[in-house]
Amino acid sequence: MSESSLGEPNVAAIVSFIGFVLITLAVTYWAARRTRTSAEFFAAGGNVSAAQNGLALAGDYMSAASFLGIAGEVALKGFDGLIYSIGFLVGWPLVTFLIAEPLRNLGTYTFVDVVAFRLRQRPVRIAAAISTLAVVSFYLIAQMVGAGNLVHLMFGLSYELAIVIVGAVMLAYVLFGGMIATTWVQIIKAGLLLLGATLLAILVLAKFGFNPLAMFAEARDQLGADVMAPGARVAKPLEAISLGLALMLGTAGLPHILMRFYTVRDAKTARRSVAYATSLIGWFYLVTFVLGFGAMVLVGRKAIIAVDKGGNMAAPLLAEVLGGTGFLGFISAVAFATILAVVAGLTLSGAAAIAHDLWGHVLRDGKVEERQQLKVARYATIGLAVVAIGLGLLFKGQNVAFMVGLAFAIAASANFPALLMSMTWSRFTTLGAMSSMLTGTAVSVVLILLSPTVWVDLFKFKHAIIELKNPGIFSVPAAFLVGIVVSLVKPEPASVQGFKAAQHRMHLGPT
Amino acid sequence: MADDDLAKLVARRWRVGGLLTAIMVIAYFGFILLVAFDKETAGTLIAGDRVSIGIVLGAALIVLAPVLIAIYVRWANRSYDPAVQALRDKRPSGKDAP
Repeated sequence: MSESSLGEPNVAAIVSFIGFVLITLAVTYWAARRTRTSAEFFAAGGNVSAAQNGLALAGDYMSAASFLGIAGEVALKGFDGLIYSIGFLVGWPLVTFLIAEPLRNLGTYTFVDVVAFRLRQRPVRIAAAISTLAVVSFYLIAQMVGAGNLVHLMFGLSYELAIVIVGAVMLAYVLFGGMIATTWVQIIKAGLLLLGATLLAILVLAKFGFNPLAMFAEARDQLGADVMAPGARVAKPLEAISLGLALMLGTAGLPHILMRFYTVRDAKTARRSVAYATSLIGWFYLVTFVLGFGAMVLVGRKAIIAVDKGGNMAAPLLAEVLGGTGFLGFISAVAFATILAVVAGLTLSGAAAIAHDLWGHVLRDGKVEERQQLKVARYATIGLAVVAIGLGLLFKGQNVAFMVGLAFAIAASANFPALLMSMTWSRFTTLGAMSSMLTGTAVSVVLILLSPTVWVDLFKFKHAIIELKNPGIFSVPAAFLVGIVVSLVKPEPASVQGFKAAQHRMHLGPT
Repeated sequence: MADDDLAKLVARRWRVGGLLTAIMVIAYFGFILLVAFDKETAGTLIAGDRVSIGIVLGAALIVLAPVLIAIYVRWANRSYDPAVQALRDKRPSGKDAP
């Protein structure tokens, strides 16, 4: 291909991005006047429809890692990249069958409401706030650093300026518009991302007579049949299983995703919204098959690596090859909007953990004054925005790709086991919940620190202490085991007694 | 109060949810185990040597997820919701309610 214009100021990109920001800020202004209570700030007053929430869930979930990361991974690694496309989707049925409805019936703002329902509030809330904030922070770092790099590559803006723009615009959404604005930002972003990715895939398939088989055959001719077979990423069987486990169960433990189920009226709507979300996200991941292999054969690996070693620019480069500078600009703006929206969702769930779980239940013992809680939530939002910008600047130039994996591993091992046991097991106890969540968090963090991703790639030691890159296979069973053993060793009669009331409400809904 | 009815309803919900979960987990980990232990089969080309078994199975898994969810939503709308409503109607209001 000819030289790419990526990184030069691009009129289409700037116009599309400014358009997105103006529209979403207008929505925020509208939402701000409807955000007067905590219920509106955290849960949009429970007034979001199933289709809207489905789109918003998809918007919260499809990060830049999904769009740019997977397209690049597939373009450079072939089949191995698709393992992520598949793994990111298969957790959603579990969310539907096990989590969504009981969660909606039993809680108000955060998933911790469910875990703590019949247990002693304080210890459980503290442990859960730690794991929530850990997931949110690692996820935020990955998004912020990604945002800085992307914007630098695409628009030619400086890294620091990009970080500050993302932090400031996101702050405006969450601070003034709360969940109502954040939901609409997700809906707009999800629509744009699905539209952009689908258009791009149609342009790719048009080159192959709308026959995906012809595209795969072209990849075989160019690079050999091995691009369609499992390769180096999953060379070790244990690695593949461990990664698969974290991806599947992590989805069911992400605080910003779980929080979305409180924005709908009832359990039935929660169920329908997750059905919409899974169809949309599934469509999107099927499209990534086409984008990845399309970039591989139409842009070429050499050209992709020349712009970014990690392959993150595969999708934008593909847009340029097929649709010219204008389409490149549009896709770049969509990628930027994607990050912005995900960061807003994460910040809101972090603010809920601080204002609702820590301040409301730990410091104020559940007796909170409405206006004060809202104030605390807004201070927390400002604090988190400053932290996000700070982390983005601090980790400049670092390879942070592992941090999304870490966030998923913590979500899978700290949040999912405790959530599942609290909903299904009568003898689950306060200490069991606490120790399970803390074990899940600690084991995932420690194993990743000692793994090749951090110990060798980041700290530059010669050999990793643990060869495994994904901790899930150890950290998830450890969290379950500790939770069960601790609960059995020291029973809690009050929890067993409360189980019946919890079951009533979990399945029949609040009175 | 209809505690037995609730217990039956809860058991039925976890049974249906558990069965569908099991189908998804088995299908997905079947795929992962194939990728982990039998790379040759996963990489075997089919459809006129144009695409690998692994890619076709991966796409099938992505389609399977929303299909299973659609089955669940249908079951819940037709069978579970009416049963929940019946129990809700029987539930005493006021101080006995949880």
